[in-house]
Amino acid sequence: MNKTDALIIGAGPTGLFTAHQLKLIGLDCEIVDNLDKIGGQCIELYPDKPIYDIPAVPECTGEELTNNLINQIKPFDIKFHLSERVEEVKKDKNNWVVKTSKGKTFLTPNVIIAGGVGSFEPRKFAPKECEKFENKYLFYSVKDRKLFQKKTISIFGGGDSALDWAVELSKTSKVNLIHRRDDFRGAQATVNKVKELEKSGKIKIFTKFQLNKVNGSNQLDSIDIKSDDGEIKNLKTDYLLGFFGLIMQLGPIANWGLNIDKKTIEVDTEKFETNQKGIYAIGDICTYPGKLKLILSGFHEGALAARACFKLARPNEKYRFEFTTTSSNLLKRLGKKSD
Amino acid sequence: MAKITYITHDNKTHTVDVQNGLTVMEGAVQNDIPGIDADCGGGMACATCHVYVKEEWFNKLPTKEDGEEDMLDMAFEPKKNSRLSCQLTVSDELDGLIVNIPSKQG
Repeated sequence: MNKTDALIIGAGPTGLFTAHQLKLIGLDCEIVDNLDKIGGQCIELYPDKPIYDIPAVPECTGEELTNNLINQIKPFDIKFHLSERVEEVKKDKNNWVVKTSKGKTFLTPNVIIAGGVGSFEPRKFAPKECEKFENKYLFYSVKDRKLFQKKTISIFGGGDSALDWAVELSKTSKVNLIHRRDDFRGAQATVNKVKELEKSGKIKIFTKFQLNKVNGSNQLDSIDIKSDDGEIKNLKTDYLLGFFGLIMQLGPIANWGLNIDKKTIEVDTEKFETNQKGIYAIGDICTYPGKLKLILSGFHEGALAARACFKLARPNEKYRFEFTTTSSNLLKRLGKKSD
Repeated sequence: MAKITYITHDNKTHTVDVQNGLTVMEGAVQNDIPGIDADCGGGMACATCHVYVKEEWFNKLPTKEDGEEDMLDMAFEPKKNSRLSCQLTVSDELDGLIVNIPSKQG
């Protein structure tokens, strides 16, 4: 069991700056995020897009903003738990018991949800019957490639993941690559490679086709793909891989007893606390009268939530407001010498 | 100002007046029309404002910019008449536009 003063869910800009605020006022914190990297939407959705409304930063990309925030928390020792989703949050006297998808447990008086629009999950195939084959014959990522040796694999998608795996798996398996249009958006070099492998018969390409049906009772037997014009082809297939990028889903947060309005969590504007004592929501995921979905609002909300955490984490101490320009306490925590 | 009709997957029709300059996505969000999530807020980065445009309208719309087709690859059940509604800016010419919202966005 990991004990901490505050657990932050979400390693986007709001979560990162809130970690800074918590550590600055002398509290411990750890961060959990379902993505495999730090930065949230800024890194996953728009790493290269310039942002123009961060105070005192005239222009920066999502990636630059993330790197600056990571630099800002370097003085502190903050533990990240990446590729892990928080599944369960339960009350235990004055604490919350938090469980993750990898089986880790945290005991903490404060849970700060900085989850953006939810956790990033793979986008799935449309036909309903796909669900029963999921994780057995149908995957949205490759964890154990040995499974596919000498089998027939049908890969759907037109981006780098689909193309890279088509090239890779064609070395040991028969590969069908299916995409909804003629253009692939992956790197040109990989597209060329795939086309070469098509010529040498290693990969079969079906463009302007999408998955229509999966066939098989327990085991996957074949799939039907349908073209824009309604033509249907049946392909014998042992395994199915789909690479359609990621989508944000609220996920388990919906089950924690919080007041939720249209995928956002209602909070007060003093502590950014939810209807549950010790659970806060900040950044894009929270709502209150006048809420603006801006990164700068997330920073403000995090700073206030951090002060509220102090009361629950140190019930016998009094919080004292200090400035980083003058407080020797704060400078010490930042690893700076005071004059 | 243009009248835009959104048809949700349960076949309910929502017709609203949308100001020129707003996008078809914003028209839906501001009028609480269900099924257009617009998670990224109009940045062409998420494909959760995907709509099907009625055939007679499809060729009258501004053509797709670079990147829209790439995002549509990730949309739920994309078709020939798929567009991202955040890329459709409302003007008088769009008066009467009808779009269908897919059964889900993810």
